[in-house]
Order: sequence, then C-alpha cells, then structure tokens
Amino acid sequence: MAAPLLELENLRVELTTKDGAAPVIDDLSFSLSAGETVSFVGESGCGKSMTALAIMGLLPAGIGRVASGSIRFNGEDLTTASDARMREIRGNDISMIFQEPMTSLNPVFTIGEQIAEVLREHRNVSDAEAKSRAIELLDAVRIPNAKGRVNDYPHQMSGGQRQRVMIAIALACEPKILIADEPTTALDVTVQAQIFELMRDLGREFGTSMILITHDMGAVAEMAERMLVMYAGRKVEAGPVDQVIDHPQHPYTRGLISCVPHLLTELTDERPPLAEIGGIVPSLKEFGRNACLYAARCEWADAKCNSERPQHDVAKNGHETACWHAGRRS
Amino acid sequence: MTVPSKDDLLLEVKNLGVRFAVKRNGFFGGKSFLHAVDDISFDLARGKTLAIVGESGSGKTTAALAVGRLVAAHKGEVQMDGKDFLALSDEDLRIARGKVQFIFQDPYSSLNPRLRAKAVVREPLDSLTEKTEDEKQEIIDQLFAAVGLRKEQQELFPHQFSGGQRQRIGIARALATEPELIICDEPVSALDVAVQAQILNLLRRLQEERGLSFLFISHDLGVVQHMCDTVAVMYMGRIVEYADRKSLFNSPKHPYTKALLSAVPSVKKRGAPTTERIAIDGDPPDPVDLPPGCRFASRCPLADVSCQKSEPELTAMSDTHTVACHFAQAD
Repeated sequence: MAAPLLELENLRVELTTKDGAAPVIDDLSFSLSAGETVSFVGESGCGKSMTALAIMGLLPAGIGRVASGSIRFNGEDLTTASDARMREIRGNDISMIFQEPMTSLNPVFTIGEQIAEVLREHRNVSDAEAKSRAIELLDAVRIPNAKGRVNDYPHQMSGGQRQRVMIAIALACEPKILIADEPTTALDVTVQAQIFELMRDLGREFGTSMILITHDMGAVAEMAERMLVMYAGRKVEAGPVDQVIDHPQHPYTRGLISCVPHLLTELTDERPPLAEIGGIVPSLKEFGRNACLYAARCEWADAKCNSERPQHDVAKNGHETACWHAGRRS
Repeated sequence: MTVPSKDDLLLEVKNLGVRFAVKRNGFFGGKSFLHAVDDISFDLARGKTLAIVGESGSGKTTAALAVGRLVAAHKGEVQMDGKDFLALSDEDLRIARGKVQFIFQDPYSSLNPRLRAKAVVREPLDSLTEKTEDEKQEIIDQLFAAVGLRKEQQELFPHQFSGGQRQRIGIARALATEPELIICDEPVSALDVAVQAQILNLLRRLQEERGLSFLFISHDLGVVQHMCDTVAVMYMGRIVEYADRKSLFNSPKHPYTKALLSAVPSVKKRGAPTTERIAIDGDPPDPVDLPPGCRFASRCPLADVSCQKSEPELTAMSDTHTVACHFAQAD
C-alpha cells in the first residue's frame, strides 16, 4: 500500500484557558489516502473543527498550539513548517470550505475576483488568464451563465450558489485535499443534495481526497468511505463507514446513530421515543483526564471507566474502538 | 387516521394570507407586494401535531407567525374555540394570547439575558394571567420539574445554561399560561443531535400529559416524520400537499414533496444514490412577480404546457390527502 497522503500521529493540540492548557485534541492518529473521503462526526465541542484548523495551520493565534505529535503531508511535517511554507500549501495543496457560505465570502469583492485571487497567489497567472479560469470554475460548479455572473457580488447569489463559489475557490488550484467543515448545515435539503453531488463528482474528476466534518450520519453514509467518531477531543471509534454504522462498538457512536429520527421508507403507526444520550459534552476543564470522558453519560460506566483511559482496540477490518465495554450489547 | 369531527378541532385556518410591501421601479414606481403566505387553509385537531415543511423562503415560518399574530395577516381567519383569533382586540386578545404560545428556534437570542430563569418563565404569567404571587411561584416550580431542570437553577441567568437547557426554559415559558396551542418554530434545529433527541422526547411527553396541540415548523423531514400527525408541504407561499403522516411519507404525490424526501441523506442509502434522487435544479420564480400557472413548474421534472398556463388547485386524493398538481393521481 502506498504511503498515505496525510498522516496525523498522536496529535495533541492545546488551548490556553483560564484554568490552564486544555487538550482539545488528545492523542489523535489517522491517515488519509489519495482519492479517499474520510468523515469526522461528533457533537459540537468535540474537536472536529479544531482538527481541520490544525491541519490547515490556522489554530487560533496565541491560544492554540500543537503540543506534541505530527501532521505529515506527503512526508513533510506541517507542525514545524514555516508560515511562508504553510501559505504555499493552503489553498494550493490543502484547501477548506467553511460552514457559513454567507460570511466566508468577502462582500466587497466580486466572486470572480475572489476566485482569481487564489490563482494569482499560487499559480502566477496573468489577470486575464485568472479571469477566464474563474469562469471555467464557476461553470464546473454548475452556476448557470458563468460568464455573466463572474462580476456579481456575493449578496447577489443564493446560499447554495455562494457555497458553490466557495467550492470553486477551494478547487481552483486542484488541491490534493479538500476539508469541508459542515458544508451544507446552513442549506436546504434539496440544495444540500446538489452540493454533495457536486463534491462527489469534482472529487472524482480531480482525484481530490476529502475530509468531511459533519454531525449528520446520513451524509456520512452517502459521502465517505471511512469515518472517525470524536468525543471530547479523542477518537472513540473509527473504521469503514459500513462497519461502524451497522456494528457500532462504542456506546457514543451507537447513541449518535439512534438518537436521530431517520426518515423511514415504510412508515407505520408506531412511534417509540427516540434513544437519548443524557447530559452534554464535558467542559474543557475535564479534557485530558486519565479516564473515559464519556463515562458521565454512559449507562455502562463503572469504576474502571472513571479511573483509566480506554485503549484503542483495532480489529482486522480496521474497525477500532476506545471503550472498556466495546461491543457489549444492551 | 379518521377525519376529526368539528368538535375535536382546535384550530381552523381559512384562506390565510400575509403580504409584504416591496419597493420596485425606483422612486416613483408603484408599490408591489410579496405574498409570503398566499391563501392557505388547514386545521389542527386537539392534542395533535401539524407540521409545516418546506425550504427557506417557502413561507412556513411566516404562516406560523401569522397564526399567532406575531406578523399581521392581510386576509383570512384563524378560528380557535369558535372565535376568530385574528379579529380579537384588547382584553379578549390578551386572554386569548395565553392560549397560544411560542417556542422559538434560537435558544440563545430568545431569552432575555438580564432575567433570571425563573423571571423568564414568570413573564407570561405576569402579563397574561391574574394569579397571586404564591400561585405563580408554584407554577414555576412545577414547570421547572416538568421540563427537567432543578429548582436551584431558577436563580441562574441564561448564559449559565447550555443550549438544550435554554430550550427547556423556553418550553417552560411557553407552558406557563397553560396554552392549548404551542407554535414550535424549528425548536431543535439549533441544537446538537444528542440534545435534539432529549428535546423532541420532552415535547412529545408534554403533549401527551397536557393534551397540547403543536403547530410544528421544521425543515428536517426526519424530525417532522417523528413528531407530526398531519403535514402541510409549502412551496412559494402555497400549500402544495396536505396529508396525514402515513400517507404523506408512504405515498407522496406532489413532485416537490417527492424531491424533498429523496434529497434527505440516509444511513440506509450507501454510496451515491443519484439514480433514485429526483433532482430539482432550476431556480424558483421571482416571488414578487409570479408567473401564471404552477409555481413549481420551472423546477418540476413533470411540467408541461398546461402547468405554465393554469395553477393547480388543491384536490382531494382521499379523505386525508390533498395535492395541488395536475399530474397527481389517487392510489
């Protein structure tokens, strides 16, 4: 097997809080191969977006830092790369689409200019070339009448169209990795379906690897090959999507899947209450304790869960779980 | 589902319309109107849930706000307990408002940050009822217990609560005046999935215990399927399909409803389900200047010439299922 494109090894990211340094990402390892889509799931505050920011070298300045571990992209360690080198990589080799298409575009520049900016920065092209490439990209993300709309401002476009523009910007330099942080949360379902289809098609066309951050298990099932469940900064379960969704081993994963009212194809009169995960994600103060951080919300928690951090068990099929009671039923 | 008899109906909305004036054609141009809600009718039986679904801009929230008189309707009736809620004024209105309460989408901005939790829940009691101080405190204690908050949390301020807890305070506030109708405007869409389940279960439990009726606005079809008894699907200000839960989800008739349902990603559909997905790519028409004919025609995979000429009326497919589409056929 070829070396993975991106490899995180024992990554620990700390945020400075008034109670000291809290590990928002705690001992995270994972790898992404060329052309593959991996999905990160979990509630807010579990470190999904922080992982993305760490890879991009965009951790909040002065507050967040990589404390230990490595992020290797094509063999190069990004945690020690210079700012200038990171600027070369961002937008060129690794790019990102953010959750809010409304606020992540600059309102005072035309969309054509915002796409062209990336190309001028990384590709050393003339203004005219950048503009014609911008039109091609708008066409590629299926904005009708691309030529006529290239001089539009963001406010002249709908939410779905703005997200398409974001995708066009992200893909302008044909990056090797695209990180999408909840790309469709602010959009309607029909638009979400179109955006997912677009991402899948373009990913296939350009051979881009994708990291999809989401809380929607349905989206994971449709988009990703592998998934990684995060809780309180730690990886609690990971593996092939089919495996994890059909046979979740960690009680948190099981809870995440069953607490959502999934759309049923054959609806009956029966409507049992939804499975609940009681409580909420612990506060940053709790992060980093040598214990299972899910124990407070877990029905199986015992003394061991509260005093020792569970180890990762890896099965042959690549399905790994960090739970003292992994695989237990009911 | 059987058709509810007249006595069981809590709410009868008839030909409700809401329009907003928009300036067009420069300074001297005439005023034109955007019909956000255009002549819609529906009923809600006591103790049941009617869900209104649709994309953003379909008018679902405006319709719900108009029912609760938080935006002014320009026409139509909202019959509740034999009276037209929209025609009430002064003291009658004040009393009637206690019967209709809201739960809002955003638990962060819908609670006054300067009030303690108990004062938030107390506000509707102060302004809409004539209870004594002791009675009010008793109601507050009992409501905090009912929504799963501890008694000592009454003294805290909204910022000291998590999103889910704040939504619980919002629910307690909505219950304070013992309403019959609660209008839930996207009550869980701002919450994390795990907390969503807690709130949805709480709402259903309270509905059963107190015989509440919900007008439930949501764009999440999974949540709607779980919560509703009947569903109205809105598109561009009109109801395009109106049916009971089972027949809507098991045999949707309107192409827009079908497209909405097929767009929901599901754990059951692995990989790219592009073949079964009904794509609706085109753009919706300009809401200020609607074309004649069906409003969905520009995006509809079935549309033909007749759709561009005449607007389809809501037509009964069965006792509990009506559709506005020229191509809809009964089972």
